Amino acid sequence: MAAFGSFALLIALALAAYNLLAGTLALRLIAVGQPSRISPERLADTARRAGIAGFLAITAAAFALIWSVFTNDFSITYIMEHSNRALPGAYKFSALWSGQEGSLLLWAWLLGIYGFVLRLTHKHDVKLYAYAGTIMAGIQVFFLLVLNFAAPPFALLKGAIPDDGNGLNPLLQYPEMVIHPPMLYLGYVGFSVPFAFALGALMMRYPGEKWIKVTRVWTLVTWLFLTAGIFLGMHWAYAVLGWGGYWGWDPVENASFMPWLTGTAFLHSVMMQEKKGMMKSWNVWLIFSTFLLTLLGTLLTRAGLVSSVHAFAQSSIGTWFVVFMGIVLAVCIFTYVLQRSHLKSEQHMESLVSRESSFLFNNLVLLTACFVILWGTLFPILSEYVVGNKVTVGAPFYNRVAIPIGLFLLFLTGVGPLLPWRSTSLKSIKRNFILPTVALWAMVVVCLAVGVRPWKDGAFVPGDFYALVAFAVSAAVMTAILSEFLRGAAVISRQTGRNLATGIWLLTRRNTRRYGGYIIHIGVVIVVIGLAGSAFNRNVESELGLHDKMQIGPYTLEQVGATQDSNLNYNSEYAMLDVYRDGKKQFQMTPEKRVYLASDQPQTMVAIHSLPSWDLYVVYEGSNPDTGNPIIKAFLNPLVGWIWGGLVILIFGTFVALVPSLSPATASLRVPATRPAPSEPALKGGD
Amino acid sequence: MATPSRSTFWFRSLQALALAVAVCFSLGAGDSSARYHDINHRLMCTCGCAQLLGECNHVGCTASGGELAELRTDIANGMSDQQIFSQFTAKYGATVLAAPTTQGFDLVAWIAPFAVFGAALLGTILLIRRWSGISAAKAAAAGPEPAVLDPAELERREKIRRETGIDGGY
Repeated sequence: MAAFGSFALLIALALAAYNLLAGTLALRLIAVGQPSRISPERLADTARRAGIAGFLAITAAAFALIWSVFTNDFSITYIMEHSNRALPGAYKFSALWSGQEGSLLLWAWLLGIYGFVLRLTHKHDVKLYAYAGTIMAGIQVFFLLVLNFAAPPFALLKGAIPDDGNGLNPLLQYPEMVIHPPMLYLGYVGFSVPFAFALGALMMRYPGEKWIKVTRVWTLVTWLFLTAGIFLGMHWAYAVLGWGGYWGWDPVENASFMPWLTGTAFLHSVMMQEKKGMMKSWNVWLIFSTFLLTLLGTLLTRAGLVSSVHAFAQSSIGTWFVVFMGIVLAVCIFTYVLQRSHLKSEQHMESLVSRESSFLFNNLVLLTACFVILWGTLFPILSEYVVGNKVTVGAPFYNRVAIPIGLFLLFLTGVGPLLPWRSTSLKSIKRNFILPTVALWAMVVVCLAVGVRPWKDGAFVPGDFYALVAFAVSAAVMTAILSEFLRGAAVISRQTGRNLATGIWLLTRRNTRRYGGYIIHIGVVIVVIGLAGSAFNRNVESELGLHDKMQIGPYTLEQVGATQDSNLNYNSEYAMLDVYRDGKKQFQMTPEKRVYLASDQPQTMVAIHSLPSWDLYVVYEGSNPDTGNPIIKAFLNPLVGWIWGGLVILIFGTFVALVPSLSPATASLRVPATRPAPSEPALKGGD
Repeated sequence: MATPSRSTFWFRSLQALALAVAVCFSLGAGDSSARYHDINHRLMCTCGCAQLLGECNHVGCTASGGELAELRTDIANGMSDQQIFSQFTAKYGATVLAAPTTQGFDLVAWIAPFAVFGAALLGTILLIRRWSGISAAKAAAAGPEPAVLDPAELERREKIRRETGIDGGY
């Protein structure tokens, strides 16, 4: 199977190279319009078919690797290092992305899938798709070169073949790890598609903004995958790493967050291009940057440039990525300089206080956040280079710098939709902002009254201050968004005689993009509320003998047993803790510590009892070697569940935004006969 | 007559809210045990786990237990935060601090993000002001808008567009 996989990768490289060369030649011939012996259209079609065949070849290679894992073929170095016989079936799939070579193969395969779909749907716009397909073939050539010559997944083991492998990293033996990396990679790789469309459209001087409409679905789906991937990673970190948190500003986390920020900025600013013909250069560079940041993220994760708590696969392929990023950047700059006249804006902004400028400020804040994270991630390298002294840039730096920026962004999330296009008046601002302002100050009062105070013992507490601001701004933003829904729904309700809920449904169906976006914003607000809860985390650690108790918040934990278990994959120790509240037993928790046999590495299995108000999070830290008693660390983490709930709303909102709006004709058919409403007040702002 | 009374109402409401906020702020109280937690979250564990000292929990860590005990002793001995950080830096190197200091080249780490944000904000404001000028000049050069687009008509069209909401945009 190793030979089959290697051969499939070589075939895939040959096909991708043909796709790139034949596609480039065909597009060049079409562009110059010179007669040639070969029809350029037919040549372009052979390139497209080579791309489709290339996908099949990469699929064959991925299948070969999976087959080798499941058949325990330890003659392949990668399988020996990342799997073992006792590894459960689901985690054998994880072996595909648990190491350097496999994760690069996953990247190439996902790129192949995206390319396959793109090439099958080429009839939307044959020429634009031909450009995009050829650019994607160029990206694929790079990954296949790396897979064939720098990090071959089917390299054979030198020497005797062992009976069993080293096993999968215990941190990856968790259900979410079966879906988190593919989600993240679907997000990373997916940005290749809008990048290819943007570069292609610029190369061919594509008329109008149709390329943005074509790529909108691609971008939104990709953004959704990346978002879900990041949140799944957070949840995995929360449930597996056992430190009670979900985001540690680790370089690997940062690497996934940076393209998310620029991708989010792109999703907002393309609306300006579609509606107003503005910010064309900006948008092109946003998507170029997003793609480059996905490569940078892979470079940081894989090349070991910066130390990370969970960079699972490091090697020396950094040079390949640096060279490729250099080539991509050079192509982008060259194309932009050559075609920049095509990107001239048709209109300009008319006012500092308008919907357009709010988009621009939103982009500014998102890009500043991206810069802060990039700066913090790379500063240790810079410091070592400049003063020869490596420093750590950890959570305290990001908490001080990034949180205020994030809160400003949250504020803009609420303000933007309240501002009308072009310009606005003071009267309109006052009218639209009264309710959110009242909600903001009311929340401040409520928070202060319940004890969320930024001063304790006369000292300023930044965490509590940020939490207070986050709750207050969240209340304002939520009020702004809900009032947008209610105002629109009330108008429809009066027009149609339907109730308010139906009004909201019809309103959303009539403009899924706008109201889907609002739902996404609601999800973001809920996530922010959950994040703000971390300011009030508390924990307690104690050694518990039989029937010993520990107290955290309203809960009393009593140790009622500590035992051991084992199977073919791992040995485990765990404690049984009865949890009491107000003297009544509520439930039992069993935090666990495993030691995996193949790798001899320990792993925490946290016990979590989740409520909307907080999570009771219990870690078995090990046992005291002298007494044999378990050492338990318990956390009470407020509002964590809101983060995951916010993600669900965010995903729902994205799906709504992806659904086409009802056309005017359909809308009129579906909405019953209307009652005239001559004296209805106009909707205020928000459109 | 109605407008001033409405504004007065909102003004008074905001005044009441501000007063309530001030009252609540004055009720501040708390405990002083946060210092140990604060400092161990500003130091890194030196075992190589890349976690904050206060959050390192991996089995058999050879560093965090001793360092936390050292920190407790330092606090009990009445050392200031700065003295504790200096002692840890001298013993474990600069990487033991979880964030750059505010001295020397480290200061650049703190200044750069705000400098970039400030410059970008200023640039954006200037750009929008310049664009507003261009738009105003274009509008002036184009002359008055056609008579059919009187304010009432514009408002009516805007209302229809908003209420049907089918503009394909945000």
